[in-house]
Amino acid sequence: MSAFFQNSGLFFALLGAAFATLMAGIGSAIGVGKAGVAASGVLAEEPSLFGKVLIFQLLPATQGIYGLLVGILILSNVGLIGGAKEITVLQGLLYFAASLPIAFCGLYSAIYQSKCAVAGIGTVAKKPDQFGKAILMPAMVETYAILALLISMLAIIGIAGM
Amino acid sequence: MQQDYTYAVARIRFRETRLLNDGDLLSLLSAKDTPSAIRLLRDKGWGDNNDVKDAEALLSLEEKKLWDFIGEIVTEQEVFDFLRVPSDFHNLKVAIKCVTRDEKPDGMLLYNAVCDPMELFDAVSNREYQRLPEYMQDCTREAMTALLQTSDGQLCDMIIDKACMEHVVTLGKQSDNEIIRLYCELFAASGDIKIAVRSAKTKKSHDFILRAMAECDSLDIEKLSAAAALDFDAIIAYLNLTDYKGAVEAIRTSMSAFEKWCDDYLTEVMRSQKWEPFGVGPIVAYILARENEMKAVRLILSAKVNNLSEETVKERLRSMYV
Repeated sequence: MSAFFQNSGLFFALLGAAFATLMAGIGSAIGVGKAGVAASGVLAEEPSLFGKVLIFQLLPATQGIYGLLVGILILSNVGLIGGAKEITVLQGLLYFAASLPIAFCGLYSAIYQSKCAVAGIGTVAKKPDQFGKAILMPAMVETYAILALLISMLAIIGIAGM
Repeated sequence: MQQDYTYAVARIRFRETRLLNDGDLLSLLSAKDTPSAIRLLRDKGWGDNNDVKDAEALLSLEEKKLWDFIGEIVTEQEVFDFLRVPSDFHNLKVAIKCVTRDEKPDGMLLYNAVCDPMELFDAVSNREYQRLPEYMQDCTREAMTALLQTSDGQLCDMIIDKACMEHVVTLGKQSDNEIIRLYCELFAASGDIKIAVRSAKTKKSHDFILRAMAECDSLDIEKLSAAAALDFDAIIAYLNLTDYKGAVEAIRTSMSAFEKWCDDYLTEVMRSQKWEPFGVGPIVAYILARENEMKAVRLILSAKVNNLSEETVKERLRSMYV
């Protein structure tokens, strides 16, 4: 059992990569789906608004990309992409911890951003000239996903230098 | 699984831009005659590809378009039963009266109802009340017996109206949507107030009034019926102590002024739904707004036919949702 734990650094690092990609990806899938439903509703009534509502729909997609980025970074640092490396249990656990900010923040910010995007789609359906202002509201939610991405990335880079 | 209304609300959001506003109603009112008013409505998207010239046909078409649209965007129609159930009770009155008079219900049945009107008529004419929804069975038996024994159409209507109000209140209590709860409560409370006022004018007994009223949360029907058995001023004195204090002036003016107060009150409460992105609230608000719009258009068009003055119509026009 102790031998397993001594060699499980890579496992924890891989768990971190999977966690970041999975959680943020789930958030984005829910978010893009929800905004897409609202966008389809508006398009059924006014197809000329396609370009505008598409941007709203894509806003919650970014969290999934951030999760993927963190996942790739971890895989690359632990040698699963581009050559094998020795990863200690501590390093593995640290990579796992580094994935948590984008995993949780990605999940929740994508869901809440989609709610905001749905409301924005409603605004554009009524007042297409207010697109510029309406897009700002869901974009604000993005800030927190970016902050989480930043911390996850800084942590991964820091762990690699240890 | 609870229905997600995101798609429906998004479609409603766009449709709200086509609702008539107060300015549109004034333009309609200023139209020189009915054909010009209908032309204005057609410019606003009313009617279909056929050139409908009759006002009533145009309004029926709009009603049908509204419910076809709602059927298209919401799969679980039961959520709107509180709006359609009064049509069922209307059809029940028609069926009972036609059956007892051995007449056909042609043209009197409303089709925007929960139960199929002909099915309902058939069940009543064959006395197969178990084929009716459970909430209709007892009142059908009672109303049929009352009509056959007394030939009193008013008593028959009273029994059915009370059952209708009670069922709408039940539907309101079952709903977790604030707008639906409010609508159902107001439906019963305004019904009770109208019964009280009419009964006071016709000097009905306390027992009769109490029998006609439906229980609701915002009014104590014991007190209201006792006040109605006294006189009109007693009703006003009681209402001044309730949530309907604001309606007292309208009630003093007329019943149509009170109906306008109810519609305006509901419109005011519903305004917040214009920017609510989720839930059934915006859909309910849109349906009520369209119904309100049709009432206003019917009023204007009938005023044109009957040469009523613009001022008279303006006094009766409801405030619009947009």
